[in-house]
Amino acid sequence: MSKSAAKPVRGASGHRITRADRFKRWLGRHRFEASEALRRLIKTPIAALMTVSMLAVALAVPGFLFTLVLNLEQLSPAADLKPQLAVYLKPGADERRVDIISRELLLRDDLVSVELISPDTGADDFRQRSELGDLLDLFETNPLPAVILIVPREQSTQALQAMQQSLFAYDEVDSVELDIEWLVRLGAILNSFERISLILSLLLALTVLLVVANTVRALISSRLEEIEVSLLIGATSGWVRRPFLYAGLWYGLCGALFALVLIYLALVLVESPLRDLTSLYLGNFELRGLGIQGVVTLLVLGSLLGWGGANLAVSRLLTQFDAR
Amino acid sequence: MAAIRFSAVSKRYANGYDALRGVDFELESGEMVFLTGHSGAGKSTLLKLLTLVERPSRGEVWVGDQSLAELDKRQIPHYRRSLGVVYQNHRLLADRSVFQNIALPLQIAGYSDEDIGRRVRAALDRVGLLEAESASPMALSGGEQQRIGIARAIVHKPRLLIADEPTGNLDPRLSLDIMQLFEQFNRAGTTVLIATHDVALIKRMKHRVLILDKGRMRHV
Repeated sequence: MSKSAAKPVRGASGHRITRADRFKRWLGRHRFEASEALRRLIKTPIAALMTVSMLAVALAVPGFLFTLVLNLEQLSPAADLKPQLAVYLKPGADERRVDIISRELLLRDDLVSVELISPDTGADDFRQRSELGDLLDLFETNPLPAVILIVPREQSTQALQAMQQSLFAYDEVDSVELDIEWLVRLGAILNSFERISLILSLLLALTVLLVVANTVRALISSRLEEIEVSLLIGATSGWVRRPFLYAGLWYGLCGALFALVLIYLALVLVESPLRDLTSLYLGNFELRGLGIQGVVTLLVLGSLLGWGGANLAVSRLLTQFDAR
Repeated sequence: MAAIRFSAVSKRYANGYDALRGVDFELESGEMVFLTGHSGAGKSTLLKLLTLVERPSRGEVWVGDQSLAELDKRQIPHYRRSLGVVYQNHRLLADRSVFQNIALPLQIAGYSDEDIGRRVRAALDRVGLLEAESASPMALSGGEQQRIGIARAIVHKPRLLIADEPTGNLDPRLSLDIMQLFEQFNRAGTTVLIATHDVALIKRMKHRVLILDKGRMRHV
């Protein structure tokens, strides 16, 4: 039983179109067009699958790269390691001067810890830890310099480098080594990797746009008569666009869904080698997937790109039909 | 009030061809008029100006109290919905049923499904093909296809019915049938303009004739 049955309307009043009616009809039209577009897509499964596969690859590559970037960012210096500066003093520097320097450093606010390793302590340490300890006996005097290990409060790469420079203010300082240089290098590599991923993603997004545009162009040419007749009997350009925009949307969405599967498979494949690699540097590294946010982003982006590609194709067509 | 008024209308195509030269004429509301002339005389161009597929190079076209020059691109669809157009090759869509073909103008204009069903059957009834509703247009004869084309043109009750060589592909007996169908709609108040080069048929029917000759209008 329909809703209007409660209050029967007859004659002309039955034709009055309220805003709600119009909206309902508009919504119904869209629902029809959306399911019709999907039905047409499924009707030619092989062709549809080829297009969708192309889109899936084009979407999976950036998706996979970004997942990798997200994972590798776990390794950035901010994580667990405290970057440490090793301040090597000149061999034979005055012991009292060395002591004063280390005390001065202790008073500084921007250092978290300061540890002085005198040449004697260093030598003892070396004898204990190294099998080559006996080498030291070949020297008449202790050849090891005094070393001051410091951990700065500010840990950005720039701050660390500034700190490194400032320490040369002491004449006795021979060299300052950043023992997290590998992390800095990793950070730089990650940055370039991220940039490359971004460029690659833009190119592949363009690919998605063009693949959909091309597919929809073929779709349009198979329905040219219908388009022309519709326009002649008063269809708006929106009416003509709609089925193709929905087709593009479905292509994009299906491509994104397939891409999710590809990304998942790729992550499974890289998980174990990546775990081996990271265990060398970090204890607990957990491979993360795209996450809800990533999945939603990929689906939305895929759909939008499909829609955009279809729009490209159908706009080109419509300009041909404009009255001269 | 004139249903159609052409005032000094010329159309020159981009390639320099002058299809219409200073055409003046009026069609009274409720009139049925034949437009004739040799092929290439400008009949199709004149109809294209009426359906806004083309715009005139000079002069002005009025339909009812609307100057077509004032209609911009976005208003064209709504203007076209006020017309009914019948084509020589009927231009039915082969991939859908007779019902869906006739329903298309109504769907485009946003009628409800219930309304569409009623109006499509009424239109089919008027062209005498009520039983063909679910058939494919391709399964019908040439004369029947043209009747379906006419049903699609009148289903939304246009005030102006335009036909471009509607009997071009039909034998004389079927042609007469189709013309009588147009007369029926004309008697019901619709203004009808039919472009045709079928002189014999025109002579049998007692209606005003407009003759185009190399882009100029000769009134008869």
